[in-house]
Amino acid sequence: MLALLAPAAAYAQNVDLPPGSVIVQPKPWQWWVQPSHSPVEHDIVWLNLYLMAWLLIVLLLVAGLLVYVMWRFDAKRHPVPTKTTHNPVIEVLWTLTPILFLIAMSIPSFRLVFYEDRTHDPYMTVKVTGHQWYWEYTYPGENGLDYTSYLIPENKLKPGQPRLLAADHPLVLPINKDIRILIASGDVLHAFFIPSLGVQRYAVPGQLIETWVRVDHTGLFYGECNQICGTNHDSMPIDVVGLPLDQYNAWVKKTQAAVSVMASPVPGSPAPAVRLADAVTTTSTTR
Amino acid sequence: MSFTTHDPVPAPHGEPGHDAHAHDDHGHHHTPGFAERWLFSTNHKDIGTLYLTFAVTTGVVGSLLSMLMRWELMTPGMQVFHSGQQWNAVVTSHGLIMIFFMVMPALIGGFGNWFIPLMIGAPDMAFPRMNNLAFWFLPPAFIFATLGLVIGAGSGVGWTIYPPLTNMTYQPGVAMDFTLFSLHLAGVSSILGAINFITTILNMRAPGMTLHKMPLFVWAQLVTAFLLVLALPVLAGGVTMEITDRNFGTAFFEPAGGGDPVLFQHLFWFFGHPEVYIMILPAFGIISHVVSTFSKKPVFGYLGMVYAMIAIGVVGFVVWAHHMFISGISVDSRAYFMAATLVIAVPTGIKIFSWIATMWGGAIEFDTPMLWAIGFIFLFTVGGVTGVILANASVDQILHNTYYIIAHFHYVLSLGAVFAIFAGFYYWIGKMTGHPYPEFWGKVHFWLTFIGVNLTFFPMHFLGLAGMPRRYPDYPDAFWGWNFVASIGAFISGAGVLVFFYVVYKTFTSKQHLPANYWGEGATTLEWHVPSPPPAHTFTEELPRFN
Repeated sequence: MLALLAPAAAYAQNVDLPPGSVIVQPKPWQWWVQPSHSPVEHDIVWLNLYLMAWLLIVLLLVAGLLVYVMWRFDAKRHPVPTKTTHNPVIEVLWTLTPILFLIAMSIPSFRLVFYEDRTHDPYMTVKVTGHQWYWEYTYPGENGLDYTSYLIPENKLKPGQPRLLAADHPLVLPINKDIRILIASGDVLHAFFIPSLGVQRYAVPGQLIETWVRVDHTGLFYGECNQICGTNHDSMPIDVVGLPLDQYNAWVKKTQAAVSVMASPVPGSPAPAVRLADAVTTTSTTR
Repeated sequence: MSFTTHDPVPAPHGEPGHDAHAHDDHGHHHTPGFAERWLFSTNHKDIGTLYLTFAVTTGVVGSLLSMLMRWELMTPGMQVFHSGQQWNAVVTSHGLIMIFFMVMPALIGGFGNWFIPLMIGAPDMAFPRMNNLAFWFLPPAFIFATLGLVIGAGSGVGWTIYPPLTNMTYQPGVAMDFTLFSLHLAGVSSILGAINFITTILNMRAPGMTLHKMPLFVWAQLVTAFLLVLALPVLAGGVTMEITDRNFGTAFFEPAGGGDPVLFQHLFWFFGHPEVYIMILPAFGIISHVVSTFSKKPVFGYLGMVYAMIAIGVVGFVVWAHHMFISGISVDSRAYFMAATLVIAVPTGIKIFSWIATMWGGAIEFDTPMLWAIGFIFLFTVGGVTGVILANASVDQILHNTYYIIAHFHYVLSLGAVFAIFAGFYYWIGKMTGHPYPEFWGKVHFWLTFIGVNLTFFPMHFLGLAGMPRRYPDYPDAFWGWNFVASIGAFISGAGVLVFFYVVYKTFTSKQHLPANYWGEGATTLEWHVPSPPPAHTFTEELPRFN
C-alpha cells in the first residue's frame, strides 16, 4: 500500500523524477485505496471511511439481529410463534434513525461535492483529449504544446515499468498548484481517471468537461481509461508526473522543441484488428 | 387474512350459451394437444412454466458467459479472448441476457404469472391470449441478442449501449442492430405483461380481498408492473434513436449533427434505474412470503411494507442521474440526485427491519427456501450499504466504473434477486409440480452458491477501491490476486448450478405426491388451498370470499 519511493534520478517514461518522488500504482492484494496525493483525494478517502463507519454500524446491527433471531427463535427452541405484527414505537424508530444517519452522512459529503467540482483560481489549464486508443495532452498556456501518450507495449517495457500502466509521454504538471483540467474526446466516450489524484470525468465528443487537480507531491501517478471505448479500452493508460515548478518549466521548454515535428493523429478511426500491444509506439506520429 | 368458501360466488362465465350450473371446465372436455398447450396457451400456469423454463435456459447461457469472463480474468494477459472487441461483446451479452432474459422472465413472467391469479382467487389473467403473446416475444428477442454476440465482431458496447460507441462508425455490421432490436422485442414483452398484471390485479381480486388484504407478493408485482409500463417506453425511444442514428442519418446523439451523447444517458438511465427496482421488487415479495411461512408468523408491519414498496417505486423514477455523476452534469444536479438517491435507503431499511421483526417471536424452520431468504436479507443489505456509499457523488468520483460498482450490483442482483429466485423455486416447486425437492441437495446447492458468489464478488470491492476499471479483459499485474480468488468463486458457483440441475431432475422424477399445503401453518395465502399441482383451471366455479 505504501508508494514506492523512487531512487534518485528515477526515470518515468521520458521524464526525470527528482529525488524523493513517489510512484503511485496499485499493489498486489491491495484491499484499500492507493495513496492520496491531492486534497480532493485526501477528502474522498476520509469521507469514504466516515461513511463506512456509519454503514458498518447498520451492517453489524442487521447481522447481529439475524444471528440472534435465528438462534433464539429456532422452532426447536421456540415452538410456539407469537402473532405480533405491529409495534408503533419500533416502526417510528427504524424510520427516524436511518434518516438521522443519512443526515449525518450527508453533511460532509455535500461539502465535498461542491469542493470537487472546479477550482476558482487555477494556476494553469491543461486540455486532455481521449482518442481510440491513446490520450492527447494540450497546454494552451504553453504556446499550444500538444502531444500524444500511448501505452508502452509489453515488449518495449523497461525494468520497473508496469505492464498496461506505463505510457510513453506522461502528462506533466507543476505540484502544489491548482490546475484546471478540460476533457474532450475525438471519437467515442472515454474517461480520464487517476484514482490517487481523485480525478475522474468522462471525455464526451462535442463537449468540454471541466474538473481540477492539485498534485501535492513530486512523482508519477498512474490512471486508466474508465469508460468502454472499443477493443483497446484496457490499453490506454494515463501517466501523470508532478514536478516542482522550475523543473516543470524546464520540461515545457524541452518538450516544445521535441514535439514541433508531430502531426495531429486522425480521430475517429474504427478499431484495428490487432491489440495495441503489438503495434509499434513511436514518439513522432505520422498518420 | 381469512377466507371461507361457505358462501360461494358463482364465477362469471364469459362464453354465451353456458349457464351458471356447476360443471367442470366450461367447454374444455378435451385435453389440449402439445401445440395448443405450449404454443397457443391461454393458461397462466402454463405460460408461467414457459417463462421459468426460458429463464433457466438463458440463465445457463448467461452463466457460461460469466464463466468465460472469469476464466479470462483469472490471470493477467489474454488467454481466452482474441481481442478486446470479442471480450466487449461477451460483456454486453452477459448483462443483457441476465437482466432481460433471466431475472425478469423468472420473477415477473414466471412466478408472477403462476401465482398472481392463484393468490387473488382469479381464474386466469385478464388477457390470457395477450399473456401468451407477451411470452412469445422473448425467444426471438433472445435469438437477436445471441446474434448480436456471434455475428461479425459482435456488439462491444456494454449492456448500457452508450453512443457514440454504438454508432455505425464504431460497431459496423448488423450485430449492433440485432442487439438493439432485441431490446425492442424484450421491451414489448414486458409492457404487454405489465398491462395484463395491472388489469388483473386491480379488477379480478376475489370478493372481500381489498387492496389492503392483498398478499405482499401481489403488491410487489403491481408496483413493478407500473414501473415497467412507465419506464420501458423511454428505453424504446432511446433504442430507436440509436437505430436511426446508425441507419437513417439522424444525429440524436451525434455531436457533428447537433446531437448529444449525454442525452442518451439520460434516456437510458431514466429507464435503467426503475429497471433495477423492477428486478428487485418481485424478489422482495417472494422474501416476504418465505420469511412469513417459515417463521409461522404474519409479516410484521404489512402497511409499512406496502408503502415502502410504493415509495421505492416512485422515488426510483427521480434518481437516474446517480449513474451519470461523471458525465459532466452540473454540480447542482449532482447534489440533487445524491440527495434523492439517499432517500431510498429509508423505505428499503424499513423492509429489512420488518423481515427481521417477522422472524422475531416466530418458530423458525430452516428449510432450503428459508436459507435463501435469510441469505438474501443479509447479502442484499451488504449490497445496499455499498449503494449508499455510491450515492455520494463525492466518493463516486473514484468508484464510478470500477470493480466497486460491479461488486455493488452483483451483490444486490446475484446475491439478492437470484437468491430470491431460488427461494421462490424451492418454496413453490412442490406446488407447481406436485413433487418435493430433495432437501439435502437443496441445502448443498445453497451453500455452494453462497460460498461461491461471496468469494467472487466480495474481493471486487477491494479491486474497485484499488482502482481497477470495469470491462477490462486484461489488467495491470497488481490486480491479479483478488481476480484469481474471484474466479475460483465463480467456478464454485458453477458447480452449484450443476447441483441445481440435479435437484430439478430429482424433483421431476420423484414418486412422492404433495398435499395442497406442504409447508404447514405458516403458509396462509390462497395458493396453499389448491391442490399440488393445481388443476389446469382454478377458481372457475367458486370464488373464495374474504373477510
